[in-house]
Amino acid sequence: MKILVCISHVPDTTSKINFTDGDTKFDTNGVQFVINPNDEFGLTRAMWFKEKQGANVTVVNVGGPETEPTLRKALAIGADAAIRVNAQATDGFAVAKELTNVINNGGYDLVIAGRESIDYNGGMVPGMIAGLTNANFVNNCINLEVEGNNAKATREIDGGKETVATSLPLVIGGQKGLVEESDLRIPNMRGIMMARKKPLTVLESTNANTETASVKFEKPAPKGAVKLVDADNIDELVSLLHNEAKVI
Amino acid sequence: MSVLVYTESDNGNLKKIAFEVASYAKAVADQLGTSVTAITINTSNASELGNYGVDKVLNVSNTQLDTFNANAYASAIKAAAEKEEAKVVIVSSSADSKYLAPLLAVQLNAGFASNVVEAPSSTSPFTVKRTAFTNKAFNMTTINTDVKLVAVSNNSFGLVASNGNATVEEFSVSVPELGVTVESVDKASDKVSIADAEIVVSAGRGLKGPENWGMVEELAEVLGAATACSKPVSDLGWRPHSEHVGQTGKPVASNLYIAIGISGAIQHLAGINASKVKVVINTDPEAPFFKAADYGVVGDAFEVVPTLIEKLKTFKAQQ
Ligand SMILES: Cc1cc2nc3c(=O)[nH]c(=O)nc-3n(C[C@H](O)[C@H](O)[C@H](O)COP(=O)(O)OP(=O)(O)OC[C@H]3O[C@@H](n4cnc5c(N)ncnc54)[C@H](O)[C@@H]3O)c2cc1C
Ligand SMILES: Nc1ncnc2c1ncn2[C@@H]1O[C@H](COP(=O)(O)O)[C@@H](O)[C@H]1O
Repeated sequence: MKILVCISHVPDTTSKINFTDGDTKFDTNGVQFVINPNDEFGLTRAMWFKEKQGANVTVVNVGGPETEPTLRKALAIGADAAIRVNAQATDGFAVAKELTNVINNGGYDLVIAGRESIDYNGGMVPGMIAGLTNANFVNNCINLEVEGNNAKATREIDGGKETVATSLPLVIGGQKGLVEESDLRIPNMRGIMMARKKPLTVLESTNANTETASVKFEKPAPKGAVKLVDADNIDELVSLLHNEAKVI
Repeated sequence: MSVLVYTESDNGNLKKIAFEVASYAKAVADQLGTSVTAITINTSNASELGNYGVDKVLNVSNTQLDTFNANAYASAIKAAAEKEEAKVVIVSSSADSKYLAPLLAVQLNAGFASNVVEAPSSTSPFTVKRTAFTNKAFNMTTINTDVKLVAVSNNSFGLVASNGNATVEEFSVSVPELGVTVESVDKASDKVSIADAEIVVSAGRGLKGPENWGMVEELAEVLGAATACSKPVSDLGWRPHSEHVGQTGKPVASNLYIAIGISGAIQHLAGINASKVKVVINTDPEAPFFKAADYGVVGDAFEVVPTLIEKLKTFKAQQ
């Protein structure tokens, strides 16, 4: 089985978000970048497919040279090879088209992407890849087993979960549950050394059209001060929620 | 050239978010000077959409579509969009709509903006405000394709009643190969889901152990709320993963979010910030959550929560 894991390179979850150039660009100053958390769960699940079922795992990112350390980290965790498509990821549709090109050339059976990136929050790339490559698609995937050509997956639905049967080629939008938090791997020294020798191929962009464009960023309005209610006066809290906030 | 909106139902009845996306569609249609068509699938009360600005409903009645399938539903919506020559297609941010929307974008060759929180600020260029960086910021985005797809964030636009009438037409579609078939569904029918909830009661590591969640569930029951938890609580196995909310868990956009024994780490706040009113109950007055909340009680959850439950019961009895 050939697996492609799509890796989005995102600001660490503790990052304070600021903008530059008249609020048109994300300010990367002092920001640490990591593998998108949903992708890290998917990558770890792919490692299990590699170890238990002999799968071959490639990781891919669409982005500039600055994303290479993130790909190297994925290699250190155990991926066999990495691909970077040299293009700025400005629009989900364009990213999906670049990835589709990689998939069509590489002949992958299973594509693991994240349910959502924590920076762009598009929730669109995995579904678009599935649509563009005519593969089956399971979103919000919290469990995945593959045998031969058949796959069984569980997806989260509002208020519960659902088990589905499908077949390869398959794209999933993955999240926690594919593996648990405690299963995530921190690269060790040997992994880091080996990662240096693994192939990281840079492909030129196909210059896919962008369908949307970011115009400007805004930060949420600053919050007013909290109204404190005395622990001995919970009646007041009920009254505030009813009369002032009008939420009960 | 109407605006098309996909309005979801559950067991044949429209969901509340269906009325919200219909309200949004009406706002867009007014800006464009056109009408609103909704597509419903196996829905019995489709005409109620008239109360939220829908002029016409295309209702698909097809037993093959009784169970949700992203491919098949996307194809049905695409067929409706083509029939109506819709230039703007609108969906919600339910788990099902988030599943089908990117497939639909490909089928319609439409630029797609998700997590949209306001009516377009301009229709030419078509510009919407969406959340980015998991609620740490907003992003103004233009969609530059001929057909545009917009997914509206749940509970962001609200319901806007208008006194109109919707005509309901039967609309038949061909069902494509499913590709993915449902084998079993595990859904608690008596519980409110976090996505649908107007009120969410959430608790963290301050509650010390899973045995103390009885009061959280009772508070949720009194309020008709969904229960949620912080990440460590689900990582420790005190509560199911499906309750984990925050930047790496489920997003919450409720009217009221009550946080009990949760410190308010940046990753937690990012995921729940879209909630309109936040209440924090915490022993530590320095807990960061107090900076993000509207109302706060500095106190021990084991005293405050039972009292709150009693007071709310009295309040509800008087209503
Ligand atoms: C990559 C990454 C992603 C993350 N994603 C998320 C996420 O999506 N969601 C999330 O929630 N977290 C997330 N976190 C974890 C986050 O950083 C915090 O560790 C977590 O939110 C803390 O959970 P907590 O508030 O329940 O526990 P603690 O931080 O331990 O806080 C417990 C609170 O309870 C209070 N308390 C104690 N006793 C009582 C009492 N008797 N009554 C009232 N209050 C009491 C304490 O004063 C304290 O403020 C993430 C972390 C990382 C590194
Ligand atoms: N630039 C990118 N390169 C590679 N994969 C990406 C990129 N952007 C998004 N993805 C994948 O698509 C998922 C969803 O991203 P998004 O649609 O931005 O929410 C991510 O979790 C990644 O798996």
